[in-house]
Amino acid sequence: MSTFIQQLINGITLGSVYALISLGYTMVYGIIKLINFAHGDIFMVGAYIAYLSVTYLKLGLIPSLIVSMTFCSVLGMLIEKFAYKPLRNSPRISALITAIGVSLLLENLMQIIMGADSRVFPRLVDEKNYHLLQGRIVVNNKQIYLLIITILLMIILNFVVKKTKIGKAMRAVSQDMDAARLMGINVDTTISYTFAIGSALAAAAGVLVGLYYNTINPLMGVLPGLKAFIAAVFGGIGIIPGAMLGGFSLGIIETLVSGYGSSMYKDAVAFALLILILIIKPSGLLGKNIKEKV
Amino acid sequence: MKRVVSVILLLVFALSIFTVSFASSKNVIKIGVDLELSQAVAQYGQKELEGIKLAIEEINQKGGIAGKKIELVVIDNKSDKTEAQNVATKLAVRENVLAILGPATSGATKSAAVAATKYKVPIISPSATDDTVTVDERTGKTKTYVFRTCFNDSFQGNVMANFALKTLKAKKAAIIYDATSDYSKGLLKNFKNTFEKGGGKVIAQEAFGKGEQDFSSILTKIRDKKPDVLFAPVYYDEAGLIIKQARELGMNIPILGADGFDDPKVVEKAGKKNANNVFFSAHYSSQDTDAKVQEFIKKFKAKYNQEPNAFAALGYDLGYFIADALKRANLKFDSIAKDRERLRAAIENTKNFVGVTGVVSINKYHNAEKSAVIIELKDGVQKFKQKLNP
Repeated sequence: MSTFIQQLINGITLGSVYALISLGYTMVYGIIKLINFAHGDIFMVGAYIAYLSVTYLKLGLIPSLIVSMTFCSVLGMLIEKFAYKPLRNSPRISALITAIGVSLLLENLMQIIMGADSRVFPRLVDEKNYHLLQGRIVVNNKQIYLLIITILLMIILNFVVKKTKIGKAMRAVSQDMDAARLMGINVDTTISYTFAIGSALAAAAGVLVGLYYNTINPLMGVLPGLKAFIAAVFGGIGIIPGAMLGGFSLGIIETLVSGYGSSMYKDAVAFALLILILIIKPSGLLGKNIKEKV
Repeated sequence: MKRVVSVILLLVFALSIFTVSFASSKNVIKIGVDLELSQAVAQYGQKELEGIKLAIEEINQKGGIAGKKIELVVIDNKSDKTEAQNVATKLAVRENVLAILGPATSGATKSAAVAATKYKVPIISPSATDDTVTVDERTGKTKTYVFRTCFNDSFQGNVMANFALKTLKAKKAAIIYDATSDYSKGLLKNFKNTFEKGGGKVIAQEAFGKGEQDFSSILTKIRDKKPDVLFAPVYYDEAGLIIKQARELGMNIPILGADGFDDPKVVEKAGKKNANNVFFSAHYSSQDTDAKVQEFIKKFKAKYNQEPNAFAALGYDLGYFIADALKRANLKFDSIAKDRERLRAAIENTKNFVGVTGVVSINKYHNAEKSAVIIELKDGVQKFKQKLNP
């Protein structure tokens, strides 16, 4: 039983990472129906920016988190402006291919700038371990931070989308871009905001992952990016609580597969799950089946 | 008419320059270097290259080989098996090198060896430890053109298993290994054989895939089976993470590794307070009081301004090893193929070559018979524990 609880804790930790990345994924998709494959690499850039600001500017955790989030939100807006905006009225496949191109560009650029081997992320937080049940269950403070920050960011994001003016504009744009434009909503600005917020979330995830595993490398965004995408689809793409649910479920499922089967199967199970979900309920766990009006 | 003459003169002049430059390029001995200088295991390749360069510089300053200087042709194989083979082909065919030094890791060396064998160029790895690097798995025959100047995993796995049984008095061992790495799987097999022959029992054997960062779930599984030791035959990137995550899960048992642990990144990633009770076999220790070792450390520090690790020492030895073979090969510079053959025979006959990392004799399996050391990590600092002879 204690093993199971420990595995559950491991799973929730991994799930927080997936959930954080998939929040941004889901948001961008929800607003402009674009699967931004570069999202995982913005997560990587975020980790590197924090690494640089800690190592060279000697900043603490919160300032470097803010620096990294700001940098990445600007980066996200720039990517949208130069890579996706010209293709807004092209077929969706062109935008998707461009997104893959941007993703490869970021990965290779980072390898040129920072070198290809992994870097050690500085220890910003003193590690504390909490032992429960005579040491059979161990939780450390980083895991708690990760979980709390993830939930906090989701609540803030939900508030922004539901209650603020810019959130209202986002929802309007996601329903019908042309109608929104006719009602006086500045669509370009709204989409820029969406990318800024989504990328800032990815950056936050990058910093937290760097902190938790204390290692970063230029390809760190590839697999988590894909997994976060699965998590987003799993929960219902475009739905914010769905991304959370998907992220945590995927993290827990992977951990249990490793813990009670073999870790070699965990990625296979994750992708098999994606296929299953798409067959059974294409709109995801929290998705509603919307009938296409003809 | 004048113009024609001048053109002819120009042509003659150009041709003479060309022949001169061509002749001068024949005045060096070209040795290829096929190493991991970027991506996953760049640390090993970069350190080895530093060692090789230092040795070749010293040899050239002393006048080189038979009046010729050694010229290194260095190409990065990006820590990739396929690329390692392409690099070996390029060095053999386009660069016409006499021998290839490298790669650092077993998988890359095995695939580079395919090209080396095809083009009949001797290839010598300074640190590929997997048994099947020099011996064909299927036929059990030694690969004619493939050599190494380090000990192999049978020896390394034995050393660690015996250390666990005799010094740590372990009865139950757990193993965590990389299922995508030849090095990892070879060590696992050898450790397990020796450990179980010696009366121990391997109670858990957990695999992970390439690029894994989160080992918490397999470590939890292992933790709750209560082994006495954890053996992790992995490279430095995973080693640091495994040590850290195991300690954070409250596993305080000794963690054993092999020469892949010999990198400062292991301690950086694990954290000083977690890097305790960790033991690994290595090619050399900078705390070895041998005069040759200390002299090498001095030279290395003078050139690169940092402490050499085992891989730098292996690279340095390989530089002198190839020079020693070149001297004995009695090269005639008549044809590259014949010279490669002469060099191969000379490498094969190496006996008692004295290097920084020990005395090397090449045996019939093209392995180097030499000693290993066991190093302990105490609060993140390497401590020389013992030296073991084959």
